[in-house]
Amino acid sequence: LVATGVGAKTYRRIRFILIQNRAGKTRLAKWYMQFDDDEKQKLIEEVHAVVTVRDAKHTNFVEFRNFKIIYRRYAGLYFCICVDVTDNNLAYLEGIHNFVEVLNEYFHNVCELDLVFNFYKVYTVVDEMFLAGEIRETSQTKVLKQLLMLQSLE
Amino acid sequence: MPAVSKGDGMRGLAVFISDIRNCKSKEAEIKRINKELANIRSKFKGDKALDGYSKKKYVCKLLFIFLLGHDIDFGHMEAVNLLSSNKYTEKQIGYLFISVLVNSNSDLISLINNAIKNDLSSRNPTFMNLALHCIANVGSREMAEAFAAEVPRILVAGDTMDSVKQSAALCLLRLNRTSPDLVPMGEWTTRVVHLLNDQHLGVVTAATSLITTLAQKSPEDFKTSVSLAVARLSRIVSSASTDLQDYTYYFVAAPWLSVKLLRLLQCYPPPEDGAIRGRLTECLETILNKAQEPPKSKKVQHSNAKNAVLFEAISLIIHHDSEPTLLVRACNQLGQFLQHRETNLRYLALESMCTLASSEFSHEAVKTHIETVINALKSERDVSVRQRAVDLLYAMCDRSNAKQIVAEMLSYLETADYSIREEIVLKVAILAEKYAVDYTWYVDTILNLIRFAGDYVSDEVWYRVIQIVINRDEVQGYAAKTVFEALQAPACHENLVKVGGYILGEFGNLIAGDSRSSPLIQFDLLHSKFHLCTVPTRALLLSAYIKFINLFPEVKGTIQVVLRSDSQLRNADVELQQRAVEYLRLSCIASTDILATVLEEMPPFPERESSILAKLKRKKGPGNLHPDLDENRKERSVNGGTADHSSTTSNAKVLLLSCVVYLLEPPIPLLSGVYISYFSMLVFLVFASPTTSTDLLGLGSTIATQNSAPPASKGASLLVDVFSGNTAAFPVATPVAVGPVADENFSRFVCKNNGVLYENQLLQIGLKSEFRQNLGRMYVFFGNKTSTQFMNFAASVPADPTVDGGAQLQQILNIECVSDFVDAPVLNIQFRYGGTLQNIAVKLPITLNKFFQPTEMTSLDFFQRWKQLGAPQQEVQNIFKARHSMDTEVTKAKIMGFGAALLDGVDPNPFNFVGAGVIHTKTTQVGCLLRLEPNTQAQMYRLTLRTSRDTVSQRLCDLLSEQF
Repeated sequence: LVATGVGAKTYRRIRFILIQNRAGKTRLAKWYMQFDDDEKQKLIEEVHAVVTVRDAKHTNFVEFRNFKIIYRRYAGLYFCICVDVTDNNLAYLEGIHNFVEVLNEYFHNVCELDLVFNFYKVYTVVDEMFLAGEIRETSQTKVLKQLLMLQSLE
Repeated sequence: MPAVSKGDGMRGLAVFISDIRNCKSKEAEIKRINKELANIRSKFKGDKALDGYSKKKYVCKLLFIFLLGHDIDFGHMEAVNLLSSNKYTEKQIGYLFISVLVNSNSDLISLINNAIKNDLSSRNPTFMNLALHCIANVGSREMAEAFAAEVPRILVAGDTMDSVKQSAALCLLRLNRTSPDLVPMGEWTTRVVHLLNDQHLGVVTAATSLITTLAQKSPEDFKTSVSLAVARLSRIVSSASTDLQDYTYYFVAAPWLSVKLLRLLQCYPPPEDGAIRGRLTECLETILNKAQEPPKSKKVQHSNAKNAVLFEAISLIIHHDSEPTLLVRACNQLGQFLQHRETNLRYLALESMCTLASSEFSHEAVKTHIETVINALKSERDVSVRQRAVDLLYAMCDRSNAKQIVAEMLSYLETADYSIREEIVLKVAILAEKYAVDYTWYVDTILNLIRFAGDYVSDEVWYRVIQIVINRDEVQGYAAKTVFEALQAPACHENLVKVGGYILGEFGNLIAGDSRSSPLIQFDLLHSKFHLCTVPTRALLLSAYIKFINLFPEVKGTIQVVLRSDSQLRNADVELQQRAVEYLRLSCIASTDILATVLEEMPPFPERESSILAKLKRKKGPGNLHPDLDENRKERSVNGGTADHSSTTSNAKVLLLSCVVYLLEPPIPLLSGVYISYFSMLVFLVFASPTTSTDLLGLGSTIATQNSAPPASKGASLLVDVFSGNTAAFPVATPVAVGPVADENFSRFVCKNNGVLYENQLLQIGLKSEFRQNLGRMYVFFGNKTSTQFMNFAASVPADPTVDGGAQLQQILNIECVSDFVDAPVLNIQFRYGGTLQNIAVKLPITLNKFFQPTEMTSLDFFQRWKQLGAPQQEVQNIFKARHSMDTEVTKAKIMGFGAALLDGVDPNPFNFVGAGVIHTKTTQVGCLLRLEPNTQAQMYRLTLRTSRDTVSQRLCDLLSEQF
């Protein structure tokens, strides 16, 4: 997370998406940059450490190495997106919420266990909405229509 | 358990996950997992062919186990098999497994690529999307090679489904990022731009990302996107909130797409076409107007989405920096946010205003918010918000408000979080210097910094205050008085002792007339702090004492007693001992005249960029500051009286050495070998034109070194060109023919920095050197092996003209690598021994690899870069016979000594060595990869160098080949 991509100041994109619970268990990790496994583990722990100490009076943004984390807490789950420092905070903050509303609709009142037992479906939802570190589709209607179509396939 | 109850999942998987969740301990979990792995392994190995469902289930279990953090070393083949299933659910699990457990296992890659190829040509949009997502997720070089031509075709084909277009656009974006060389622009580019007109807003969203990335790389090719983006944005912004249906989010029309379009426009200057420009201004005005309208919903989602667009619009306005009205409106809007109840908005407003402060149109408008920002500094609960407030105060600071801002920052410093103290210290130091009208204020400010946050005052800060005091006569007396007073405090920070010692040593005489600060009182005050200080500070104080002996002959006796004490003369620290011995001798034997010359007031420092500013930039790190802002600050700092040394050195391939010599006149009789080193000349050897020599002392120069540098103003201050071009020419007035250049030991120094460079029956030359990035420092020791004195001794430049028998003389060379080079500089030595003139020329072991900084990288990174550096001229290879025994440990040590990071476990063959690093020159940095393949049977090596520059590859290969 140091050398690569830092020089290119104007490139903005998502570096990774993490869903973690308060205990630090990862419920989804989606990487849009090359990291080795040790580095991923380190990032997961660091993100957990910086995000969980913050309270409701704090912003939803936190500087993280040369990047920043945009995060939002839903019950016991933290949804975190790591982006470049010049990226649009509020767009990602609502990007998270849009994603959560889709999950909620798709799993009918989503809870943490849905993400555990259906982890392979969560990846599909993510790929529908975020791809290659970019926002792919923002219409909940369109995403859900596509997901239902896929659900009906064998 | 929702998945199971829905009845559409894999029951076995759900049971397994439940089991894992019910495990009470880590051990139980591992046991359960091992049981499952054994089960799956036996199923995969079994005679009975597994049906698709079972295969999918087991692969999915393996994936789950992997995601729990356990290694998976089988099942890849089964996953690849799933790719060719014609059932979506099976294919999906196969692709997911491949995407998560990417493996550069070559036999599988071709199978995977084959499956992807089939799916891409299947005309089944679901399968095509799975394949495209896999490429976008993995993005490997192999995939780029296989599909770089196919993906653009799918993207622009007339009959491609919308959702496939979206995936294809982002897939292409990913390939362009990882392997831009494989994705050449083609006739598809114009058609991609027209996707901005697409009916489907999802397609436009994906295409905008792609176009933005491509436009950053080649703006000219995508220029037409500006008018299309403006048109699209205009339609979105002016639409009624329900027009866009699916793309309206909490009453905001297509917020994410708007943000992306505004971002795309930031790749370009304001549109030249008046009509387009007018339309864009209208859009921006509409967005600003909407911020003032009453919200259509009380939900935070509504305001966030609306403000996401607003902030991006403000970014564009700042980027254009051409419409004063818009800039001021933006500033007013942000001003409202500064007092908003949402912390997020206050934070973002501070951040955004920081960039507005650097625009000449809005700087004044930003300044009107100073009270609010100061208030934020005092009252915000979130440290990151306070940090932004500090940034903004720093950005809005100018001559009119500097005193207020510096005072506020200073008072905040006392309670500031530890994490941001150092940065505030740096900022205060910079502002105080930049906007100082009278320097007494500056001195007070810095001393306050040390008082309030001494631990956070880095060396750069106190070096700087000394540089400024020395360079400005008018403040010297005040500085001496102020430090004297500050030192009265019973407990003062060590940094204050350093500043105090230095300043009183130089200018203590200016306050000595007052009986309250008589020389003896000054000395007693300094010495009362001595024993509590660390070694470097004590060393500095000793230098101050010897300066006192010169300034105040009346305290000479007192100081000599101190220097003579056992705790000094026999100090365990060699530096302190040496200083005490040398200073004591100096004070005993040197005449008043000589003392006055040696210990004269320091000459003014050359003006250069404030090292504090450089430090702040380093601290913030690349990417942490808004790029535009950063640029702006650089310019401003130049206005602020600091020098910019970007002198061109493009033709510096030829080593042009210049030396600045400070000569003492008359020569000091040398009686003891020990203290010669103190008087040895400081020679600056620069690999560039003489103008850059001022750069050399740079940040790293310590006061100790400067202290021991004899004054340049008196005596002979020579600027001598030692070499012009590559030929060695002797600079002394009587040129002498130079004999053959000795380089026997040269290659020994390629992988190490210390040792004996040259030795004959008379003279021994030792070296100690250190290198950091493109700078280096070399200590050259000349040892007289005989018992008689060398006369007229000169090394490259006229050095101390005598070297006593058995004595040693030391020279310091400061080195800067300007660009890559082959030839090493030659050191010429000339002296008279027993009536005969001796000439010795020795090649100095300054080689390109000295400017290596090791780089650690993973195997994946290594081979990715290795492939990127695949052009024929970038690679240099040498196959050679081993000259030494082929010992693994020795080889490792040599590669590390060479300067590269030795990368373990990167090469699949454990007997090979691979290394990586970056060569730093003043102008560029060259990434270097190396691979050494020993063949013990044949006693041969094969060495391969790949760097981005052919000359570097060649030179490094030559240098390293000689080592084995």
